Amino acid sequence: MIELPGVTVCEGCDAVYRHAALRPREVASCPRCGTELAVNAGAQRQRMLPLTVASLILFAIANLFPIVEIELQGRRAQTTLFGAVLALSGEGMSPVALLVLATTLLFPLAQLLILFYLSVPVIRGARPPGFALLVRMLQSLRPWGMVEVFLLGVLVAIVKLSGMATVVAGPALWAFIGLTVLLTSVVSFNPRAFWEMAFSKPGFDKPPEPTS
Amino acid sequence: MKGGNSLNALGTRVAGIASRATTHTAVDAGSGTMITAAELGLRECHHCGTVWQGAHDGEACARCGTHLRTRKPDSIRRTWALLIAAVIMYLPANLLPVMITSSLFGTQQDTILSGIIYFWVSGSYGLAAIIFTASFLVPLFKLAALFMLTVLAQRRSQWRQLERAKLYHVLEIIGRWSMLDVFVVSLLAGLVRIQGFAEVTAGVGIGAFAAVVVLTMLASISFDPRLTWDTPKTTTQVENPSNERVQ
Repeated sequence: MIELPGVTVCEGCDAVYRHAALRPREVASCPRCGTELAVNAGAQRQRMLPLTVASLILFAIANLFPIVEIELQGRRAQTTLFGAVLALSGEGMSPVALLVLATTLLFPLAQLLILFYLSVPVIRGARPPGFALLVRMLQSLRPWGMVEVFLLGVLVAIVKLSGMATVVAGPALWAFIGLTVLLTSVVSFNPRAFWEMAFSKPGFDKPPEPTS
Repeated sequence: MKGGNSLNALGTRVAGIASRATTHTAVDAGSGTMITAAELGLRECHHCGTVWQGAHDGEACARCGTHLRTRKPDSIRRTWALLIAAVIMYLPANLLPVMITSSLFGTQQDTILSGIIYFWVSGSYGLAAIIFTASFLVPLFKLAALFMLTVLAQRRSQWRQLERAKLYHVLEIIGRWSMLDVFVVSLLAGLVRIQGFAEVTAGVGIGAFAAVVVLTMLASISFDPRLTWDTPKTTTQVENPSNERVQ
């Protein structure tokens, strides 16, 4: 088994390409099927750590404070994201509750924590323990974090309720809006770039052992 | 001869687009058609992107340890299984109530569609359109599109390959937005719990609906877009798949 450096294979149609140097923020896509072949993350690499930290802070606010509060004839009710999950599981809807919990809370949180853990040493060109497993997790988690869909859901719920009760937006709603904006940038970062970063530094580029 | 003509047309189109791409140059088979890694005996690690020569299927990538595969294993069969399961769940998802509202005026059971009609009748046309798209059109479109992609890939059809590739990209992007109704219902169930006045509980339908969303997402993940391009023409085109062209 020999490594072929400087060659890219299209994930969408299996076409083989020779690498070419990309300018920062430049994207190469397959001319046959349009799949993204490679992207030069450019300055995004340096921005990942601050973006991740900011997202984690907003994530904490978004989940600790109530999202919306309703008032109906002097009675008030409010909920956090976790409160909604608990209510669902209390109604015998535990699989749905688990799905909501995973897609809006556990998966985005895991993504952010892994990014934070990896970003710090990778800037110096080091690979922390568990690197391969964590980058793989990051890649598999990508389609399953749904904070932006949840935000749209909150807005729909607010409009739905505004007809029957007074609805007051909680602090978590603003945090969710900010988090959605930040996560768009964070999630657009392809975890594959971690492999390029970790192997582009001399000294960490150990030649693969020929096993076949 | 018709097949030959369309292949030439595809070749010129590819060459036309390739001349505009300044960054990556295709390793050309000389005939104007793309040469694939499978034909060259190369294996790309789908996780870290490293390309290996002379590796066996199932062997671990020497860089990251992922099992190397030319194609996703059992792609068509897995996609079919998930797709059929999704179609079965689609019926209860649309027929059973997703939300039960009990207020002073009685109990009301809403299905996905009756919720949309409620919004439309009460005058929130924009919102009705958003929910109609996310909860009704997108799942239906996904099921139909995946069905078509899988059938055509199974028959190794050469029909509109570029459009099929684009369709797959669209499916990957829009699939997640169907979760909208699940989030709306769970939020309302968590929020509207004013004893005696108004209470919202989730209906069984929402579980089936969530299952449809997850199953179609899993189906589109298990579908291998490269199968769209694995047509008999391109595999017989290259008589001598030598590795020298790449080096």
